[in-house]
Amino acid sequence: MPIEVRMPALSPTMTEGNLAKWHKKEGDAVKAGDVLAEIETDKATMEMEAVDEGTLGRILVPEGAQGVKVNEPIALILGEDEDKSALGAKPAAAAKPAPAAKAAPAAAASAPSPSPQPSPQRGEGVSAPTLPPSARGQGEAAAPPSHAGNGRLFASPLARRIARDRGVDLAAVRGSGPHGRIVAADIAGARPGAAPRPAEQQARPQAPLAPAAGAPRTAGAALLTKDQVLALAGNLAHTELPISPMRRVIAQRLTQSESAPHFYLSADCEIDRLLAMRAQANAAADAKISLNDFVIKAAALALKEIPEANASWSEDAILQWTEIDISVAVALEHGLITPIVKGADKKGLAQISAEMRDLAARARTGKLKLEEFQGGTFSISNLGMFGTKDFTAVINPPQSAILAVGAGEKRPVVKEGALAVATVMSCTLTCDHRVIDGATGARLMQAFKKIIEAPALLAL
Amino acid sequence: MAEANYDLVVVGSGPGGYVAAIRAAQLGMKSAVVEREALGGICLNWGCIPTKALLRTSEINHLLQNLDAFGFSAKDVRYDAKKIVERSRKVAKQLSDGVKYLMRKNKIDVVDGEAKLAGPGKIAVAKGGKPVADLRAKHIILATGARARSLPGLEPDGKLVWTYREAMIPPAIPKSLLVVGSGAIGIEFASFYHDLGADVTVVEVLDRVLPVEDEEISAFARKSFEKQGMKIHTGTTVKELKRAADGVTATLEGGGKTTSVKAERVVLAVGIVGNVENLGLEGTKVKVERTHIVVDQWCATGEPGVYAIGDVVGPPWLAHKASHEGVLCVERIAGLNNVHPLDVTNVPGCTYCRPQVASVGLTEKAAKDKGFEVKVGHFPYIGNGKAIALGEPEGMVKTVFDAKTGALLGAHMIGAEVTELIQGFAIARTLETTEAELIETIFPHPTLSETMHEAVLDAYGRVIHF
Repeated sequence: MPIEVRMPALSPTMTEGNLAKWHKKEGDAVKAGDVLAEIETDKATMEMEAVDEGTLGRILVPEGAQGVKVNEPIALILGEDEDKSALGAKPAAAAKPAPAAKAAPAAAASAPSPSPQPSPQRGEGVSAPTLPPSARGQGEAAAPPSHAGNGRLFASPLARRIARDRGVDLAAVRGSGPHGRIVAADIAGARPGAAPRPAEQQARPQAPLAPAAGAPRTAGAALLTKDQVLALAGNLAHTELPISPMRRVIAQRLTQSESAPHFYLSADCEIDRLLAMRAQANAAADAKISLNDFVIKAAALALKEIPEANASWSEDAILQWTEIDISVAVALEHGLITPIVKGADKKGLAQISAEMRDLAARARTGKLKLEEFQGGTFSISNLGMFGTKDFTAVINPPQSAILAVGAGEKRPVVKEGALAVATVMSCTLTCDHRVIDGATGARLMQAFKKIIEAPALLAL
Repeated sequence: MAEANYDLVVVGSGPGGYVAAIRAAQLGMKSAVVEREALGGICLNWGCIPTKALLRTSEINHLLQNLDAFGFSAKDVRYDAKKIVERSRKVAKQLSDGVKYLMRKNKIDVVDGEAKLAGPGKIAVAKGGKPVADLRAKHIILATGARARSLPGLEPDGKLVWTYREAMIPPAIPKSLLVVGSGAIGIEFASFYHDLGADVTVVEVLDRVLPVEDEEISAFARKSFEKQGMKIHTGTTVKELKRAADGVTATLEGGGKTTSVKAERVVLAVGIVGNVENLGLEGTKVKVERTHIVVDQWCATGEPGVYAIGDVVGPPWLAHKASHEGVLCVERIAGLNNVHPLDVTNVPGCTYCRPQVASVGLTEKAAKDKGFEVKVGHFPYIGNGKAIALGEPEGMVKTVFDAKTGALLGAHMIGAEVTELIQGFAIARTLETTEAELIETIFPHPTLSETMHEAVLDAYGRVIHF
């Protein structure tokens, strides 16, 4: 029997993917570990490795196919002692279009919908979730599709029990054990009350609107079904947009963020000197260092001064990170992603700028690798380019702080008792009070402002 | 003089070093080991393996002395100390030759001599004070092991006062023996010599024998040893040792009393010290604390490119811990994903005395000290059919669970073959099983392993056979 290769689930939230590229042709020899194909999800493009050995007998899903359901056969591999005759006639499964139409109603969220996109939602840029929270393993993410694809979640018995007791959704936990298996230590860092599983949602479709008696442990907003929302909204005319895996992760992660007690600190930074230095540097070096590159570097140096803010809360201990890795929110057409400038405090502006340009470009084409957007110890969200004066951003858990950067604009300022004009950029830091106290956050902002306003410090 | 470039040079070919080298070779690294003595280190040549050969002999002697229980009678049962030692040495040699073969098979160069760091990425090897090779390596793993600790006044002399080395190759079995230290090494020698007929006295400074084991296991072991006829003094030190022509007189002090013990020989087993001398560590950022090299969770020292594993980095001083560190260190160097730091609570410990002792994880006291609310289960060998059939009814299994989560925090065993059984609990811990999976597991009947199942059941009030 030829071995069926199925569409892998590259993260637990993935329901379908696009077959971006075949790396093997029919007739090619295949070894375990060979890259078979590139699979594109809303989040990233990932390589899919073969787990079996043999000859690629038939490609069932052509290159470029969109919306291939997880677990759908995409190719057949012939074993050592099999020849093409084993493939039989054109298999029915191959020709069949995506079976979306007859899928259960539960598939509504992922069913293809030709609805037009709404006007751009600017608010999206405000927050910066790390995506995806639960793609298990690193290099092995694409590993055994036969297992990962059938919905099986690998977690140790102890991890399962602790998760159940604490109300943690295992699907939202990233496993650190062998082959990405979830172990007890991974649950320690997870937040209770992450979104309930779909099954749970379906089990109580008639739940009362108010999160009253019988409501699950889920903290924060009640999870409303479509019917409930329509009832509340008085059946307004509407268009239904499918929730992409990315959108779902954004929703989940930022809802999680609610369990962190937030507070906000704002500061106005004068950036005339910074702009002058930038103009000089760009002119002299023929570079294109952006204002945001300066912000990344300044934030990293400020965190180096105030390492207490470069930390995460866990129920067992506050984890103060050794490295300063800055997640930078990049708006995509239908979502956002936060590529990471790792060790930003140790990198020069030119390097940060080059890395950021590369990361942003690849983010927009979905070519980021998992490790390039998973992790990070602090986030920056900059909406200055849209003219936003100031705003607050939602923390990207498990991080403890995010810096919201507004537009640099000419404003009247008082200098030595007289009115003057300066270019001012308003920045607001959102902090998780469990980790960062008011004074700590204020010192971080002070350090940041000092560096931004005296950019020579950036060169030190 | 040979000069060569390597990806990895391992200093020391014990179970840490040679395993690290093989793993490196598997990962495509060009590797070499430097060894000043025999391949395989202490474990194969002067530790784990030859002592197991000796203990097999003493176990057989014990059986022969109790043949009547099994329906045999025999006269004139004798042993020859020389042959016993010969067999033990032959076993060690066979294993050491095995390592030689493994090195060849994995294309690992073996350099005979003493290694010394000679600047970043450089190792100078000398033999008998004469330089024999200069090696260059991108990565260097120090796996130099440890040796017996000495105490003032009790300095080994090779004749009357032995370390494990002399105790392993006795010219004759002494009529009486004083064992100082009741850790695994001391107790194994005590058991060996006692079962070959020596009058054995054990002195331990702490308040119980096998002090790293669970308190109940220590108490069980002591009772068992004393029933066999060993004399055990805990909370006691050797205050003075007078050496005569063919024996010693030791003054023991404990509980405010002093007693005098005469013995033909003394075995000193009071802990070990790391082999950190003459490695060229001076002037490097390798930090040494109390004779052990300080490393991080990936076995990296403070000096870039220099790592250390096994006994030389500290307890538990066990071969399998060294091997595990060797593998994780090399995999980390190779940049593999999914490398995990060592969790010492997953390292099983075995003592091959009679009855055997084995454990993994936290003792009941350690678990409570860490703030766990515990559920504890016990099961005695006397409740196990196989144990009775074997004529080994003396033993006990104890389990310690986290009452809140059902996590198996520790397992502690004493009795026949427990050293072969403990891996079951070690797997359970590594897989993070809870009591539920252990209860659900079907243990074969009749086996000693059923005691493990019952000890789990007992922790949850469900024991069947007791």
